[in-house]
Parts: sequence; C-alpha cells; structure tokens
Amino acid sequence: MVSMNTAIQIKNLSFAYNSKQVLHAVSMDIPARQVTAFIGPSGCGKSTLLRCFNRINDRIPGAHLTGGSILVHDIDINRRDIDLQELRRRIGMVFQKYNPFAKSIYDNVAFSLRVAGPTKRDELDDIVENALRSAALWDEVKDRLHASAFGLSGGQQQRLCIARAIANQPEILLMDEPCAALDPQATLKIEELIRELKKQYTIVIVTHNMAQATRCSDQTAFMYLGKLVEFGPTMQIFENPKDPQTEAYITGTFG
Amino acid sequence: MFDPEKLIRKGLPKGHFKDLVVRSLLGGTTYFVVIIAALLFGKILIDGAPVLFKAEAPFVDFEFLTSKNQTLHVFDDAQGTRHQLPASEYSAYLAKHEGVPIHNEQTYSYSGGGIAGPIAGTALLTLGSMILALFFGVSAAIYLSEYAKQSPFIHAVRLAILNLAGIPSIVFGLFGFSVFVLAVPVITATPSDRSLLTLPLFIGDYVMSFQGWNSSLMAGCATLACMILPVIITASEESLRAVPQGFRDASLAMGATRWQTIRKCVLPFSLPGILTSSLLAITRVAGETAPIMFTAAVAAKDDLPWQGLKSPFDVLSSQVQALPYHIYTLAARIPSSEFTQRAQYGSVFVFLLLVATLSLGSMILRAKLRAKLKW
Repeated sequence: MVSMNTAIQIKNLSFAYNSKQVLHAVSMDIPARQVTAFIGPSGCGKSTLLRCFNRINDRIPGAHLTGGSILVHDIDINRRDIDLQELRRRIGMVFQKYNPFAKSIYDNVAFSLRVAGPTKRDELDDIVENALRSAALWDEVKDRLHASAFGLSGGQQQRLCIARAIANQPEILLMDEPCAALDPQATLKIEELIRELKKQYTIVIVTHNMAQATRCSDQTAFMYLGKLVEFGPTMQIFENPKDPQTEAYITGTFG
Repeated sequence: MFDPEKLIRKGLPKGHFKDLVVRSLLGGTTYFVVIIAALLFGKILIDGAPVLFKAEAPFVDFEFLTSKNQTLHVFDDAQGTRHQLPASEYSAYLAKHEGVPIHNEQTYSYSGGGIAGPIAGTALLTLGSMILALFFGVSAAIYLSEYAKQSPFIHAVRLAILNLAGIPSIVFGLFGFSVFVLAVPVITATPSDRSLLTLPLFIGDYVMSFQGWNSSLMAGCATLACMILPVIITASEESLRAVPQGFRDASLAMGATRWQTIRKCVLPFSLPGILTSSLLAITRVAGETAPIMFTAAVAAKDDLPWQGLKSPFDVLSSQVQALPYHIYTLAARIPSSEFTQRAQYGSVFVFLLLVATLSLGSMILRAKLRAKLKW
C-alpha cells in the first residue's frame, strides 16, 4: 500500500546501457513535497536513476530497463501505453548545464505551454509572470522579457530553466546537479529557491556537493556502484549513518 | 659558472639561412597561386567588363543582360562604312536600304544581342533544382540526424551519400539522361513509341507511360538536384548536429513531441547553416555544364523560357538556354574573332560576377546569422 505521501515509488529497478548494468534492484519511496537528494561518487548511477523518472533516458541508444518498475500515482511509467508527453509535463526537469533556448526570456518560459496547445495571450502572460516570480527571477528580468535569454548570467539562466520547468505546474521537479556549472553566489540563490519550491513541488536533486545536500534536502539517498546503499532523513544520514560505506563517503575517506 | 655574455649571440641567429629558404619557398608557392588567379580574373575583367559597363550613365549596359541572343552580321555599306548589327537590326537595315548593295558580309552565330535567354534559363534551372534538393536534402538530413538509430546500416547510408558527392558531374548528366529524359513515368493519353512500359490507368485514354520527360527544364532540374543532394544533406546534417543537445533534452523534458522539438528547437537554429551551405550549392548548380548538356540545355533558342507557351506549365517541359552551356557554345562552336569577343568575354564576366555575388551573399548571411544565434 502506497501512502498518500509517496510521490515516486521505485521497486527493484534495474537498468542497463547496452550490456552494462548501471542500476541493480533499487527500491525506494520518494516522499511528496520534500527535497530528496541523491549523493554518491561519479558513475554510481544517481543521474541515471533520476533520468528514469521522466524517461528522458529513452533518448540514449541502448538504454533500457532490465527489471523492476517506477510507480507514479500507482501507474507504472514504463507501461507501453503511457502518454510520454503528459508524463513529462507532470515531471519537470532541470539539467546540469543550464540550457535555455536561443529565444527570448518570455518564449523560453512559454515554451512548454505552447507545445501543450494554444493558450490565450493574457493567460500566457500571467503564467509566465508567475513562473518567473516562483523562480525568483521576475524582478531581474521584468523589463527585458523579450530580450535573448543568453544575455542573462549563468545563475539567472539556470533559474530561467527552473521557471521554464515549473511553468506548466508539474508535481515533481527533477534536478540533475543544477549548481554544477554555477559560482557559489548563484548556487546559494538556487538552494534558497529549492527550499521555497518544496512547499509546492516534490523535488529530487542529484548533487556532488554534500554540503548542498545537508543545506537543502530532507531525505538523502546514498548510492554506490549502482546500488542504493542507504536512504533516510538527511540529518540521520549525515550524523548517524548506519552503513559503513555511507560513513566513509560522507567523511571523505573515499569517493 | 654561468657566463651571462652567452645570452648575447654573435652574428646571425641559428638556422638563419635555412629559415630564409623555407620561408621563401612556402611564400613562393602561395603567391604563385595568387598570380594564376590574378591572371585569370584579370584577363576576364579587362576583356569582359567593358561589355557590361560603359563610361556614361547609367554605367551598366543593361541591353546585354536583357536582350535576346542573335546572330551578328558584319558588312560594309556602299560608302565602305563597316556595320555590326544583330539579326533583327540587320533585317531592318536591309528593309530600309532596299536595293543598296552591301559588301564583305560575314555572320557570326550567337555573337549579337545579349544573353537574356541563358540568364533566364540558368535562373530557372537553379531555382527548380534548389527547391527539389532542399526538400529532399533537408528531409534526409533530419531523418539521419534526429530519427535514425546509429546502426552500421545508417553509417553505410551516410557513406553512400558522401561518395555520391565525389561522382563526376558528367556521370550525373548521363544518369539524368537515362532516367529523367528517357525513363521516368508520365501520365499521358498519347504514349510515345519508345515508351519502355505503359500501364493502363482506366481513366479515359490515360496511361502511365515510362517514356521520360525528354530534354526539358524539369529533367535538368532533377539531374542538378541529384548532383547537389549529397552536399545539401551533409551540410544540413552538420548544422543540425551543431544545435546543442541541451535544446533537445530541455524540449523533450517539457513534454514536447519529437517533431515539435525538431520544428521549434532544432530546425530554427540550424537554418542559418543550412541556408549558407545551400547558397554555396547554388553557385555549383548554376555553374555546371555537364549535367544539363543532355538533359535540359539547348544552344540556340529564339524565345525566352516563358515565351511562346500554350500553358505556363509547358515551361517545365521545354528546353532552355543556360549560361555555362552558352559559354561552352561560344568557346567551342564558333571561331574566335574580334567580333565574337564581346559575347564571349561578356558572358564569362557576367557569369563570374553572378557566382561572386552569390558567394559574397552567403558569406554575409553566415556572418549575420551567426552573430544572431550564439550558444
């Protein structure tokens, strides 16, 4: 029985790129309206796991599920008859390298609504404004909504990508190392934003930065070599890890 | 003990002469190429520019560009004055001076009038072939870069396309002749005798007859399009690949379909690259002689392509004059003399000017669009 508070339920998920097994029977329940951080050394499969949630891995040739399932609202998202576009509208994503389109700020945010179907102009204006406000970007860009997104700083571009991802009100927001390409100032701003956004969205964030995990996550999952080693409340993972591997990683003795 | 004096050399630097020799050798070969180019362009400029440009306003002899190609008649009148008149003016002259004898008459084919016919023909051939090549080329490039899985078969397809680019244009000419001129199916009520195969269509008397399009504008366009396809496909695929993967990721992650992603996030950003490479392809299409020799071009034609037609569509099935073929005709079919030079150098000059303009245009376009789209 899934509790009402579970956003994504992962059951024995195994995943491979061609013949290379990258995830081994991972099981976890990601709670709704909290921030869940995936930590672990490079190549441990945390990004792959995140990218399974909106099936963006489908794009990679040879990537395929070898077992298990991912349930969102009790529906297996790997079913053949899933509406992939609707799934991705419900589960937004922010990438490691900020990737706004070479379009105006406005058009970037309006993109997901426009591909979903025709929207009235003033309705669109409202949604764009709200998304930009939620991403704490509105005050900085309200006078140049129709200027190119490439004129923004790196941190602003990443917040634009967040605004773009939340414009069509997803339930879940996936963030794949969203601060990896940013300076410390911009990183702090994004973290602040994450803490704000979790009131409305379930957030799953992959990070290399353990300080970041402690600063902004509620739950932490430590992964190693494609396996989920330990999953629990962030405080517990960092202060009182049960698994010796977790302890070794967070104290910096390996990884 | 280190001797600071050693830092200062005595005499010339080491390897001074070797350096000088290598430098002059490399420089020499470079400037040799430049000299060849200068000679080529210089000769054409000196002999060709006076045909197109003149000293008084409006400085350009539009008549050479806009009047039809005619035979040049050269003769002496009774007073011994030498006249050079194109065929139409020549007959007018004869009508005016009826009964007055003329002497030493000589005629020079293609040397009178202007080159409107070849210019129009080349424009139509270029336009038609570019429309065809862009449609097929960009479609294939989208498939190869966005849809096809990178399998050994797709690599083989790509290799085949690349090899197509290396085929000599005369082979494309012969291919076009045997396929588009002689073999492609047409729907007609009166199939020709040499039809390879006729299939009944059961609509009136109409049959599908594999008899080709004859030597015609559309056969020429199709042949030129085949020739330029590999260039367009390769260049388009490259510009599609140059669009950051992040755009595709972001678009798909926001719930766009694959086609929406291509249409809104990939094609608009690869268009500049596709357009510039196409503009360069135009210069090749406009300049080729071999592919149109058997498929579309005709040496002499009295009407411009759109004149004397029963219906506008007939322009597709009629032969046209073309600038490169016209230059070939002027150079190879008529003896060179002081009276033919005007047409010969004038045509080459206009042709080079056209190609240079297109190349320059593509460079400017590339620079402008690149400045606008940066990532």
